[in-house]
Amino acid sequence: MATLWPFISQMNPDASTIAAGAPIEVDLAPIADGQDIKVFWRGKPIYIMHRTKKQIQEAQSVPLADLKDPATDQSRVKDGHDQWLVVIGICTHLGCIPIAHEGNYDGFFCPCHGSQYDSSGRIRQGPAPANLPVPPYAFLSDTKIQIG
Amino acid sequence: MSGPSDYKPSHPALQWFERRLPILSLMHSSFVAYPTPRNLNYWWTFGAILSLMLGVQILTGVILAMHYTPNADLAFKSVEMLVRDVNYGWLLRNMHAAGASMFFFAVYVHMFRGLYYGSYKEPREVLWILGVIIYLLMMATGFMGYVLPWGQMSFWGATVITNLFSAIPYVGDSIVTLLWGGYSVGNPTLNRFFSLHYLLPFLIAGVVVLHVWALHVAGQNNPDGLDMKTDKDSVPFTPHATIKDMFGVSVFLLLYAWFIFYMPNYLGDADNYIPANPGVTPQHIVPEWYYLPFYAILRSIPNKLAGVIAMFSAIIVLVFLPWLDSARTRSCKYRPLAKQFFWIFVVVCILLGYLGAQPPEGIYVIAGRILTVCYFAYFLIVLPLLSRIETPRRTPNSIADAVLAKGGKIAAALVALVVAGGLVMGTTQDARAEEQATPPSLKWSFSGPLGKYDRGALQRGLKVYKEVCSNCHSLSYIAFRNLGDPGGPGYSEAQVASFASEYKIKDGPNDAGDMFERPGRPADYFPSPFPNEQAARATYGGAAPPDLSLITKARSYERGFPWFILDFFTQFQEQGPNYVAAILEGFEDKPPAGVTVPDGSYYNKYFPGHVIKMPKPLSDGQVTFDDGSPATVAQYAKDVTTFLMWAAEPKMEARKQLGLQVFVFLIIFALMMYFTKKKVWADAH
Repeated sequence: MATLWPFISQMNPDASTIAAGAPIEVDLAPIADGQDIKVFWRGKPIYIMHRTKKQIQEAQSVPLADLKDPATDQSRVKDGHDQWLVVIGICTHLGCIPIAHEGNYDGFFCPCHGSQYDSSGRIRQGPAPANLPVPPYAFLSDTKIQIG
Repeated sequence: MSGPSDYKPSHPALQWFERRLPILSLMHSSFVAYPTPRNLNYWWTFGAILSLMLGVQILTGVILAMHYTPNADLAFKSVEMLVRDVNYGWLLRNMHAAGASMFFFAVYVHMFRGLYYGSYKEPREVLWILGVIIYLLMMATGFMGYVLPWGQMSFWGATVITNLFSAIPYVGDSIVTLLWGGYSVGNPTLNRFFSLHYLLPFLIAGVVVLHVWALHVAGQNNPDGLDMKTDKDSVPFTPHATIKDMFGVSVFLLLYAWFIFYMPNYLGDADNYIPANPGVTPQHIVPEWYYLPFYAILRSIPNKLAGVIAMFSAIIVLVFLPWLDSARTRSCKYRPLAKQFFWIFVVVCILLGYLGAQPPEGIYVIAGRILTVCYFAYFLIVLPLLSRIETPRRTPNSIADAVLAKGGKIAAALVALVVAGGLVMGTTQDARAEEQATPPSLKWSFSGPLGKYDRGALQRGLKVYKEVCSNCHSLSYIAFRNLGDPGGPGYSEAQVASFASEYKIKDGPNDAGDMFERPGRPADYFPSPFPNEQAARATYGGAAPPDLSLITKARSYERGFPWFILDFFTQFQEQGPNYVAAILEGFEDKPPAGVTVPDGSYYNKYFPGHVIKMPKPLSDGQVTFDDGSPATVAQYAKDVTTFLMWAAEPKMEARKQLGLQVFVFLIIFALMMYFTKKKVWADAH
């Protein structure tokens, strides 16, 4: 069995890939209210959305019972930074990239199989089983985050 | 069946060899003296056809691998360059790409044949299961092969299919990372897929040997499902089966050549002529036609894990078929009920294939669910039940009696029709937005089996590109030397050299380590107007003007039923040129009422979504032609589109010309085989 391990283990990400996947810093200052940017981290698109008052309001007021994968908006953003939504833009269905600011929930719409996410990145409609995942990140200052 | 052979080579040297390795007698007993049922119909030639296709795929594949670069940055370009620059590269690539489809087409016929005539029943269970293993290996090989050109559909197909494994509870994500060798589909993924795509065909060849071995132990099944009892029931493999297979193969090759030489892109997806881009998902991800029924099953189940399980079960259920259907009568010819259900099942599979190509919404989802239930019901309810309640018709006493009775030809013809229909149905191109105006079908000099590029149009089109399009659009796969290639605009060497020298090409570094500019040479490629894509994107408010080398093959629109079936016969494949010409002419100064166009964008009737970032590029009188052609937008659009079609398909004239020769040869060859076959079989019928 131990002989087999090197043959399987070599398939995992190699050292350079892991190194390239180190944390990145993103400056939030240029992103205006209601805008979003897409950055790549570990080959995955990360959406950073500067939410409007309306979007925050909508995200917070949804009853948990209406959600397929229940999670409060609070649990998906950092305390005191309600306006910033940071999610991995990969549809939890089959990995396509949802389009921001589309769909019926002021959030994301996946063009592949029609999944719709709300302004908190939670699945609301369509075949996707789960919410858009929140990557590990932290605020270094009010206008700068570190992803990873 | 194939007992010890009494074959003795006549030459003493061969006798010496034979005593040490009796391979000659093995070949003789397996492929010459081997008794084959005398009532076999043409559905049995697909075994030989499949062996041939495996050989063709391995041969063309090994050669293509000599020119291909498995690197995420280079793969797409290396495929394009091998098509353009390698001698007969276009032929090898078309053979390999169309070959995959033909291989699957043949395997589906072969499987339905086994299903209809009960070829999986005692004593051929192991033979059947080996076949299912070959099929699974083929699916894996085909999938990984489709990833290698690294176009948009390659990349996103790989993403969707590898993500299927993330449905496995707990370990799913780790398995997907293991498959990718990274955190998303990328270069390591491409490399390992290339390695495995090269390996698997040889595994298939190995299992095929076992498959044939098992066949030769149990003996061939036949349309009446009877065992061979006496010598009267069989004929020797050579010459009878050999010549019949040769005829079957040559007819099959006619169909294959139709795709290679005339419809190379009919079975593909236009999106795969766009280089892979991890940041943009295509509108509508569709797998190759041969996976569509299973894709439909996957999508019709609302739960992700259950969908994946259902999809794999749809194939695995075949392994258990010999025990699910326990009826003693093998052939559906003598099973009136089973026969009807078989045809219903064929239709279900074809409809599932059709649904797999449709967007997953509304009626398609419901229909998909109903058909998924039908698919499984056939194996899990209908067949077990039928084997208990059905009263089969009386089978003839022997194969010889059955041959004298005849019949059953119509059913065979029907299968041909339905399966051919299935092949065609499955190839529906991706759906663009529905409310789009369809580009008008223009008359192109290069359409049809004898089509050629209009030299004048190519030269005028080059002028339009150079004076207008090239300000924003690159044409990076075209070198100046190509302008003098046969089948192109037809410039002389001197003209090409002077054309090239008008361009400034960046070269270097020189001895001092600096980059410098020099006049272009014929070997240089058309320079891009921007140093990189980001610069282009920044200049044009986020939308980079696409490279035009492949634009006429990378754009398409849905033809809809029944056009896409007729297109196969009329060889219509000018969606790309029609679309490009329509875009160039589709600008309207005033958008229709109710449509608002954002600042910095323009209204175009034929552009998906109607809002395009490109301003109206052409206006009357903008370019002057030396040959007196009218200086109108319509003329410009047509000429530049012809030029771009040549840029995308520079070897088209050679392709169609060789196709004609191949067809003449194949038709004569098929006729010769047919008459020889008739002669050989004269005493057997």
